[in-house]
Amino acid sequence: MLTLRNISVTFSPGTVNARKALENVDLTLKKGDFVTVIGSNGAGKSTLMNVIAGNFLPDHGTILLDGKDVTFQPDYRRSRDIGRMFQDPLKGTAPHMTIEENLSLAFLRSGKKGSPFSMIRKKDRDFFREELSRLNLGLEDRMNQPVGLLSGGQRQALTLLMATLVPPKLLLLDEHTAALDPATAEQVLALTRQIVSRNHTTCLMITHHIPTALSMGNRTLMMDRGHILLDLEGPQRDAQTSESLLALFKEKTSQALASDRVLFGTI
Amino acid sequence: MITSALIYSALELGFIYSFVALALFLSYKILNIADLTTDGTFTLGCAVSAVVALSGHPVLALPAAMIAGAAAGTVTATLQTRLGVPSILAGIITNTALYTVNLAVMGFSSNVNLLQTKTVFTMARDLLGSSLPSKLILSALLSVLFCLLMILFLRTRLGLSIHATGDNPDMVRASSINTSVTITVGLAMANSLTALSGALLAQYQRTADINLGTGMVVIGLASLIIGQSVLGTRSPARLVLGALAGSILYRFVIAIALRLDLPAECLKLISALIVGVTIGLPAIRNGIRLQKRKKEAHHADTP
Repeated sequence: MLTLRNISVTFSPGTVNARKALENVDLTLKKGDFVTVIGSNGAGKSTLMNVIAGNFLPDHGTILLDGKDVTFQPDYRRSRDIGRMFQDPLKGTAPHMTIEENLSLAFLRSGKKGSPFSMIRKKDRDFFREELSRLNLGLEDRMNQPVGLLSGGQRQALTLLMATLVPPKLLLLDEHTAALDPATAEQVLALTRQIVSRNHTTCLMITHHIPTALSMGNRTLMMDRGHILLDLEGPQRDAQTSESLLALFKEKTSQALASDRVLFGTI
Repeated sequence: MITSALIYSALELGFIYSFVALALFLSYKILNIADLTTDGTFTLGCAVSAVVALSGHPVLALPAAMIAGAAAGTVTATLQTRLGVPSILAGIITNTALYTVNLAVMGFSSNVNLLQTKTVFTMARDLLGSSLPSKLILSALLSVLFCLLMILFLRTRLGLSIHATGDNPDMVRASSINTSVTITVGLAMANSLTALSGALLAQYQRTADINLGTGMVVIGLASLIIGQSVLGTRSPARLVLGALAGSILYRFVIAIALRLDLPAECLKLISALIVGVTIGLPAIRNGIRLQKRKKEAHHADTP
């Protein structure tokens, strides 16, 4: 489904500040994999997402999506197949456009019919209404309101719906609940679980919260300093607790994590 | 004092200039770019229209002017999307270049007159007869048609993409839309509308002049702002119709000002004041409110 081969990314190459954000990373996702990614700040998690989405060009290596080499494809071309959500709820929606306009854009841009002059029909609008009502936020009755009036959690839920309205091949979630209060974060995570499992979407999710990383998805990656240190799946993963995972991580890095507290904090 | 001739000419000019307001609605309100190409493009529309009409094709002159305008918009857009020139500067560069281009179009003369030439307005009069207000009908029909097309366009995938580009470029880039393309299409469309306005004006006034476009961006913005205060900003459709209404109201303000013997030279200053004050008004209002709160808090502290 997604294959990264020998990917490296260097920031400010050729200067004294040169820093390897990713170093010879190999990663293969199978179709339907739901992978959670953990690691302290600066481990390279977001860089991994950016390389997959096409925001950064790797120093070397190749990226294959569904067998097709997309290494040099620009981000906007790639995002036809890759849905993406950011930590900042303001990044995923257009604030001065209505809920309906935002959904229309998300729907039309991934439509296969392709004419730049295509428009929303009545049955599409009914479909939006139905999908909005599944969020249980009452947004289906506010379709003509600008998105800027919604709360962060509502905007993030809407962004999730927009990213999956036409199910993408791959969904990238970059700490998409980190800016929300614990209750709302839990709600958005539940929605994520529900939407991803309904569409069997292949998904890569960054989180700073170890219990979430273990409870969601079927596979967990742990990153440190540009490397994937641990790749847990199946019974090996099921046996882990937050404590044992952290111990395993410490053993691997043979040094204490500077940000233990961050990892154990609440969402 | 207010004669029917005055009302007719204000309406006619209002409809003709409404294309500039519509263009600025697209570039300024939707794409969030202050497009300073507008002045030069307006003159370009005048010049192309006059020259083509002179050669005996007044109808062809309108699409020709629109294509020329779209080309100018594309140059500005290319400067900012591909070459990294800041958007304001990109407009100024194209605008400066257009001065020479416009002179060249008019055969390196600073004006062209169409006194004996067939224009779309004389054609409309021949078609409708002189008992009907043919100038008004023609300009109103065209203006309303383009307003409706604009409202429809904003609901299409391309229109929504352009709207989102102005509203949240981060989101647009993450959703398979090339912002360079949306900005280019938006600016090309906006400038073709501005050029159409110039094209109609040249045939209406039967003259094209190198200075006709000066201050046009401010006049367009003033119309847009007047329209907003009348019809509100709740939906794109309201803004579009507001641009039309604002343009007409603006012409009435000008007509009345001229009737009150205000020298014509003052009009640009008045337009600038309208735009400057209205855009600045929210900030001024907030400033006053803050001072008031401060004073109240101060009074509460020292009984």
